[in-house]
Amino acid sequence: MSKLLGYFTNGLIKENPTFVLVLGTCPVLAITTTGFNGFGMGMATAIVLLLSNVMVSILKNYIPDKVRIAVFITIIATNVTVVELLMKAYTPDLYKALGIFIPLIIVNCLVLGRAEAFAQKKGVFASALDAIGMGFGFTAALTLISIVREILGNGSFFTIPILPAGAHPMLLFILPPGAFLTFGLLFLVMNTLKRKFKI
Amino acid sequence: MAKMESTLMNMVLSLSLISMLMVAGLGYVYKITKGPIELADKQKEVTAVTQVLPAFDNDPIKQKKDIEGLTFYMATKGGLPVGCAVKTFTARGFAGRFDLMVGFKPDGTIRNIVVLDQKETPGLGAKMTESSFIDQFKEKNIATFKLKVRKDGGQVDAISAATISSRAFCDGVQKAYDLYMKNFAKPVTAIAGVSDTTAVKGGKHE
Repeated sequence: MSKLLGYFTNGLIKENPTFVLVLGTCPVLAITTTGFNGFGMGMATAIVLLLSNVMVSILKNYIPDKVRIAVFITIIATNVTVVELLMKAYTPDLYKALGIFIPLIIVNCLVLGRAEAFAQKKGVFASALDAIGMGFGFTAALTLISIVREILGNGSFFTIPILPAGAHPMLLFILPPGAFLTFGLLFLVMNTLKRKFKI
Repeated sequence: MAKMESTLMNMVLSLSLISMLMVAGLGYVYKITKGPIELADKQKEVTAVTQVLPAFDNDPIKQKKDIEGLTFYMATKGGLPVGCAVKTFTARGFAGRFDLMVGFKPDGTIRNIVVLDQKETPGLGAKMTESSFIDQFKEKNIATFKLKVRKDGGQVDAISAATISSRAFCDGVQKAYDLYMKNFAKPVTAIAGVSDTTAVKGGKHE
C-alpha cells in the first residue's frame, strides 16, 4: 500500500516533473502568463499523461522493443488529439488561449518519458497513480509559475485585479524573459526548501 | 505473458493493430465532438455580431456575404437597415494575424468593436480587448476621425508600449470601413435594395 502511495507522491515533490526532472519546459515557459492558462495547460497534460500511461501499461506485452517509441508516439498523439477535440467542443475559450501548445503536448518529453521509464515496466494501477502524481505535480508547478508571473507582470490574480489603481506592474514578468527569471527563482526557492526539510 | 519478440512479423502486426485501434477511437471522438464544436464556433459568431450591432430582427448570420476576404453581416429592423457587422482581420499584429468584428451604422459610424482572435502579448498588445482602448472608437466616423495612432499623426491613443498592435488594430478597422463604404454605403438606393431583400428573407426565417 505504501509502495502504491509512493508512486503517487513521487511526482508531486520528490520527482516533480518541472522542478526536479525539468521535463517539458516548453509550455512551462511559454504559456504561464495567467493563472488560468497555467492550470488549464497542466490539466490537459495530466489527462494525456493518464490516458497514455494506462494504455501503454495495458499494451506493454504486445509492443516489441524495437518499435516501442513509434507505438508510444501513436498512442500519445491519439490522446492529445482526443483532448484537443474535447477542449474545442466544451472549453473553446481555454482552447483559444492555449492554441498551438495543445498539439505540442505530443512532443512533451514528460509524457513520453513516463511511458518509457515507468508505464512500460509497471502494472496498470501503478502507472495510473504515477500519471496522476506527475500530472498534479506538473499542474501545481505551472499554476505556481503562472500566479507569480501574473501578479508581478499584470497585477492580477486569476484575472482579478489586485493592485491599487495607478500602480504599474512589472511588464517584464509577462514577457518571455520573465518566464526564465520566475522559473529560475522558483527553482532556487524549491531547492532551498527541499534541503531545509530534507525531502 | 512474456514480452513480444522484435521479429519483423511482430513489429508490423503490433504497429498496424495498435494504429488501427487508435484511429478507431479517434474517429469515434471526432464524431461525437463534431456537433458541439460547430455549435461553439457558431455561438462565438452570434455573440460577436450581437455585441457590435444595434437591436435587429433579421438573421444576419444567414445572410452573410464574403467580399475580398472579409465577411459582412447585414442587420435590419422592420425592413430598414440598422447596421452592418464586418469580420475583418489584419496581418500586421505583433504576433501575426488577428481578427476583429466591427459594427457600423448605415452611415459608416463605428458602433462597437470586438476582438475575436488574437495572440498579442498579454499585458501589452492584448489590452486591445479591453474597453479602455476600444471605447475611443465608439460613435466615431472614419470620414472625420483620423484612424491612425497619434505617433503617425492620427487621433487614436495607442496602448502604451504596444504601438505595433494599435497600428494593426487601426489597419483592420480601416480595411473593414473601406470595403463597407465601397460595397454597401455609397449609393443610397443600393442600401435600400439590400435591405429589401434581406427583410423578405428575414421575415421568412422568423
